[in-house]
Amino acid sequence: MQPITNTPTRYGWAMIFLHWLIGIIFIGQFALGVVMMRTTSQRTSFELIQLHKSFGFLLLGLIILRIAWRLGNATPALPPSVGTLERRTAPLAHFALYAFQIALPLSGWALVSVSTLEIPTMPFNLFVMPDLPLTESDSAEGFWISAHWYLAYAGIALVALHMAAALRHHFLLRDTVLTRMITPSSGRE
Amino acid sequence: MNTRILGLAAFAACLAVPAMAAVALSDAAGSYMISPSGSSIRFTIGKAGGGGFDGAFGRFKGTIRIDSGDVGRSKVDLTIYPESVGTGQGRIDAFLRSDAVFDAANNPEIQFRSTNVTRTGDTTAVVTGRLTARGKTFPEKFTAELGGLTGRTIKFHVTGKVLRSRYGMDVGTPLYSNVVDFDMTLTGRRG
Repeated sequence: MQPITNTPTRYGWAMIFLHWLIGIIFIGQFALGVVMMRTTSQRTSFELIQLHKSFGFLLLGLIILRIAWRLGNATPALPPSVGTLERRTAPLAHFALYAFQIALPLSGWALVSVSTLEIPTMPFNLFVMPDLPLTESDSAEGFWISAHWYLAYAGIALVALHMAAALRHHFLLRDTVLTRMITPSSGRE
Repeated sequence: MNTRILGLAAFAACLAVPAMAAVALSDAAGSYMISPSGSSIRFTIGKAGGGGFDGAFGRFKGTIRIDSGDVGRSKVDLTIYPESVGTGQGRIDAFLRSDAVFDAANNPEIQFRSTNVTRTGDTTAVVTGRLTARGKTFPEKFTAELGGLTGRTIKFHVTGKVLRSRYGMDVGTPLYSNVVDFDMTLTGRRG
């Protein structure tokens, strides 16, 4: 039987797939966000912003699915070799990662909702996504642009820390913390 | 013949021909300069999810020549300066002027040159012509309705739809419709 779901000792394919898909889109969104704000061509910038909005809503859908999956599934325990400090801080870091994954798309959605430009949102040109029920104004737009910007940089810093920790586990501690997020079989002990 | 009968016949003839039509050609014939005061060139572009955004061009010039014998030989020339676009939102105006849309720096004029005028009613006509924007020229069609005529001025209400994609201005579709709805009031003054 294919190990789709998680068990107390390993991640299933669904969680592994969502982890990497969201991770790639999250980092890609950060890069796209930086590029779209620095592009001098107004047309290219406009189109990149629409693409960024599309992927943002895709990310929001995926993260809701991921949180539901995580809540409805076992979470594998850390290997016994993991120290006390990390055993206490790792769940906090993971909680923060989830918080950023929710806060980033939501703050982006708030940003386009309050923008006085009133540009419609059509994820991948498929359907019209309504705005959040917020009052539009230049000051609200400025606030949400700043919030989105700071959340993005803080979020990507946390992702970098997360990646560094995973690499430390793999190359220095030589445990299964990284590999069990690559394939379910490596989680079996 | 009795002058009284002649007078009645003339009166009956006037009734038979709608008043505007009777005055339009003979009285309206001549050349007019489009006057910025009393004229406006507005446009609306529909948005996905409803609504639309409105804009106007503040600067334009042109001439209207109405042929005394044949309406079909009448001419309309209109030059719009896209730099003067205004939507009430400065960031959108800057976007429209940029190379994303009008590229006003390199294409300072949008031109319409009529090729044919066909009368469709007592006070209405269809004006076809060639519209040039961003170096691309396509035939376009506008409906003109005579809105007023005094001794020295003539006023038309002009409407028409233009597909912006043909002029390299398709940015933002399908968020914003490809169809630009024009609504113009053109007041001409005799030169």
